[in-house]
Amino acid sequence: MVIGVLALQGAFIEHEKVLKSLGAECFEIRQKKDLERHMDGLVLPGGESTVMGKLMVELDLFENLKEQILNGLPVFGTCAGLILLAQNLSNDTKKYFGTLPVTVKRNAYGRQLGSFSKEEEMKYVGKIPMTFIRAPYIESVRGDVEVLAKVDGNIVAVRYGNQLGISFHPEVTQNSAVHAYFLKMCRQKQNALKTLSGIG
Amino acid sequence: MAGSRYELNKELAQMLKGGVIMDVTTPEQAKIAEEAGACAVMALERIPADIRAAGGVSRMSDPKMIKGIQEAVSIPVMAKCRIGHFAEAQILEAIEIDYIDESEVLSPADDVYHIDKTKFKVPFVCGAKDLGEALRRIEEGASMIRTKGEPGTGDVVQAVRHMRKMNQEIARITSMREDELFNTAKELQVSYNLVKYVHENGKLPVVNFAAGGVATPADAALMMQLGAEGVFVGSGIFKSGDPKKRAAAIVKAVTNYQDARMLAELSEDLGEAMVGINEQEIELLMAERGK
Repeated sequence: MVIGVLALQGAFIEHEKVLKSLGAECFEIRQKKDLERHMDGLVLPGGESTVMGKLMVELDLFENLKEQILNGLPVFGTCAGLILLAQNLSNDTKKYFGTLPVTVKRNAYGRQLGSFSKEEEMKYVGKIPMTFIRAPYIESVRGDVEVLAKVDGNIVAVRYGNQLGISFHPEVTQNSAVHAYFLKMCRQKQNALKTLSGIG
Repeated sequence: MAGSRYELNKELAQMLKGGVIMDVTTPEQAKIAEEAGACAVMALERIPADIRAAGGVSRMSDPKMIKGIQEAVSIPVMAKCRIGHFAEAQILEAIEIDYIDESEVLSPADDVYHIDKTKFKVPFVCGAKDLGEALRRIEEGASMIRTKGEPGTGDVVQAVRHMRKMNQEIARITSMREDELFNTAKELQVSYNLVKYVHENGKLPVVNFAAGGVATPADAALMMQLGAEGVFVGSGIFKSGDPKKRAAAIVKAVTNYQDARMLAELSEDLGEAMVGINEQEIELLMAERGK
């Protein structure tokens, strides 16, 4: 399993460590030639969405990645990564991939003093520590979006097809269950592709 | 201690990695910085080069000015307080600043004690010119470290010296026998547990940025290749000929710091860099403040 990790800014190394500990192979996406490699899944890490969004366009990564996501490449966005996937932002006019039909509120818990950590249940994953750093949450979902977790009534994790969007940071905790779930999504997609092409 | 305030504060620094934190003095500059791709801004009344030129005592900025910048941008906003001035830090915490820089750029308020940063909910970043200073600041509760460099000079030599020194000392501790760590803790005037952490992990327990004298994309790439996890740019941007372009170029240089071809492109046509002051011409060594 080969996972591409968007490595323009933010906590991408933390994701790589967790994915490698689960047996996946990782490579960093910093510029266009990195996209020549095949990937079975894509991680959009936490950091500043404004920085990543801008650099993706200027480094000519945006269209390629968007097309791959629309074509069903499994993608896992955490915090800023969720913002990159969201179709709408309620308190910002910016829009990035817009492939996930949800409305996200940026910095929904306020400034750093509003950051917190909590143990909560996530569907298909179980009870896990959730760390929110100047985090967004999901205000509303549309269509076939499945809500996977809520904290204090706010939606913090969703799945839509092969897109997994969460507003917290499992990569900074000792718990790798969400990453394991994402790798399972990638494996299922891989198997489906194999069946389709008659290899499997 | 997962989930503690200190952990959350260290984790915010993790989210800033691979990014550029820019000094800004007005909401307009803050917007330019955000649009150029800054991952955070440092709100201050005067950038270090001007503090240096003006002389006199320099203090925490006017909270109203900081609030104006908080309202102008959606990225984290940091602000500086004087070394040891815990009342200034309390004020910055009261206006919900995202990170406090207990900074040698301002005039120190205490020539012996730093702020007990463990008493605060809001995170602190502190400057260090060697491993001992870094670990002492961490012991006091800093959740992020930066090199001191020599602010406001446009000369990267001190930041390079501090980063190399820190890395050499980390490498030395990593290769020590375990029974030698006790004495190192004594030498560095820090607790054994911190030295043990460095011995086992080969790095500081918090994120480490470069700061002080970074003026060009090449400077930023140099610091990243030397092991910085991100870069502060103070006077280098808004003291230059074309701040917008230079800021965006430094941001890209930090992301692709190993690609010389791209760095060459980024370094083209940036207009005039800030006027630098050489090490020998400096009258006030800010890096000697707070040890």
